[in-house]
Amino acid sequence: MSWSAYGHAFLGILAREFRRFLQQRTRFLSSLVRPLLWLVVFAAGFRAALGIAIIPPYETYITYEVYIVPGLVGIIILFNGMQSSLSMVYDREMGSMRVLLTSPLPRGYLLVCKLLSGALVSLAQVYAFLLLARLFDVEPPVLGYLWVLPATVLSALMLGALGLLLSSLIRQLENFAGVMNFVVFPLFFLSSALYPLWKMREASELIYWICAINPFTHAVELIRFALYGEFSVLAFTVTSATTVLLTMAAIVGFDPGRGLLRKSGPPRN
Amino acid sequence: MTASRLACTQNPETSEPRLELFSRFARAINTHSSSFLLSAAVGLAGMSSSSFGETAYVSNEKDNTLSVIDIDSLEVIDTIEVGMRPRGITFNRDFTELYICASDSDAVQVMDMAERRIVADLPSGEDPEQFALHPDDRKLYIANEDNAVVTVVDTRERTVIAQVDVGVEPEGMAVSPDGKWAVNTSETTNMLHWIDTESNELVDNTLVGQRPRHVEFTKDGALLWASSEIGGTVAVVNVADRQIIKTLEFKIPGVHRDRIQPVGIKLTDDGRYAFVALGPANHVAVVDAQSYEILDYLLVGRRVWHLEFDRQGALLLTSNGVSGDVTVIDVEKLKPIKTIKVGRYPWGIAVAP
Repeated sequence: MSWSAYGHAFLGILAREFRRFLQQRTRFLSSLVRPLLWLVVFAAGFRAALGIAIIPPYETYITYEVYIVPGLVGIIILFNGMQSSLSMVYDREMGSMRVLLTSPLPRGYLLVCKLLSGALVSLAQVYAFLLLARLFDVEPPVLGYLWVLPATVLSALMLGALGLLLSSLIRQLENFAGVMNFVVFPLFFLSSALYPLWKMREASELIYWICAINPFTHAVELIRFALYGEFSVLAFTVTSATTVLLTMAAIVGFDPGRGLLRKSGPPRN
Repeated sequence: MTASRLACTQNPETSEPRLELFSRFARAINTHSSSFLLSAAVGLAGMSSSSFGETAYVSNEKDNTLSVIDIDSLEVIDTIEVGMRPRGITFNRDFTELYICASDSDAVQVMDMAERRIVADLPSGEDPEQFALHPDDRKLYIANEDNAVVTVVDTRERTVIAQVDVGVEPEGMAVSPDGKWAVNTSETTNMLHWIDTESNELVDNTLVGQRPRHVEFTKDGALLWASSEIGGTVAVVNVADRQIIKTLEFKIPGVHRDRIQPVGIKLTDDGRYAFVALGPANHVAVVDAQSYEILDYLLVGRRVWHLEFDRQGALLLTSNGVSGDVTVIDVEKLKPIKTIKVGRYPWGIAVAP
């Protein structure tokens, strides 16, 4: 198989992902409205809540709005990952996934292309949100906007891979509500997105530990550090390792010969 | 409001460090990997103020020490032991000597800056808290909190020139740029006391809001800004007739009115801004010094007390008593850029070139 075939396949998948995104204007809008509501309404009530301790990577006292922004970037990516998972289930039900998977290119490559495309779509939303956040006095250093790019891509790959794995497990679109309850909400609320971990520890040691091992916490921290021009080795290590594991599991999941797809069987009507 | 109360009762020192085991490991590695970025950022911040070689001295009330901050790197580079409960500190004109109000030692100590050690005590009267040096670089006006007097000391002869009776609990001190007036605030009498520096006599009083703490003259000496801690106000007084021309009030969303207690004031040389430290409100108010409009509230550490500019006026340093740190504000951007841990209960700040 020539390189151009690989490139062609990637561009094809990327174009489809972007087209899908652009055609669903409400999706772009809602992906911005959701975090903005958190920032404007939720954070307003906690305005001074964090003016009490300095936590890395911040160099001085910050408002709650400033704290919550990396977590909201995380939720944009998380929802995107889930959206892409939803679309995989839809593709499977509609039969278009069969077309994709019958390509002579390796299945793993096609799935990684799908992940990368999803990550690039997330980037557009993340930057739009970060620019809007400036209106609410969340102004990270200019270089932070550059550093946040690789951090966002890596986090989006991790959450996209999670979405892919889930889509290999979910039989029907109707089951997707369960994903929201059992995956998205626990991942988001049991992380450092809304409150710093030391604050969680004051409430419960158990919750603190769950938050500390939640990979979403590390994705958010990777973004938080990057946004302020710093690099967190721990967050990077956990996020990359989780990405690799989830991607491999998703590839296995999509292997009709031995994967979870076979176990789950065709959708029942 | 509930949240802010909650916040204010929280002690960062007792809260467990975040990420604990994970982050300890990470931080160890992080320190190396991210230090170049950090130092680059801090370096840039330092460069923008073009303040190479400057140092800030911060008196730590509970530690009986001075923390020395390098303005270039914004890091504490030294800690010097001084007398008990150091509060107000100020340099003489050529920065060869630093005067320190060691309140519980009942002395104003003189530190020789070449040797960085205390070389003498001035006869200050009891419990000196704040003072101001006359433009003649010789007369020091000291507020003696317990005795209701202002003591005037000749720093060269190290003798008391005069003692002026003022109101109860004298606190703030300022001398006008032309050297004509020394103004003292008395916390319980709620007055500004105007002392003629020629005769060293009290010639007038101005009634202000409850518990006046600090006074600051404009560069041209035409106006005097006075903060009232309990009153929660700042009065702008016309020096010519010693009448209040404007009273400023502060309101921070989510912070209860009682927590807004103005103390330190600093005015930019260009007459553009006034900065007011709002005590337990943990914010510094930025005021347009021409229109008296309050432009912004900047979040700093807990119980922000006194303020000082670097020599260029590009950075403003705030002493945050309860959180035990100094926040550095970029004056041009009106943004806090860094908070530096110092000793316990930092009080006064003085900057030397």
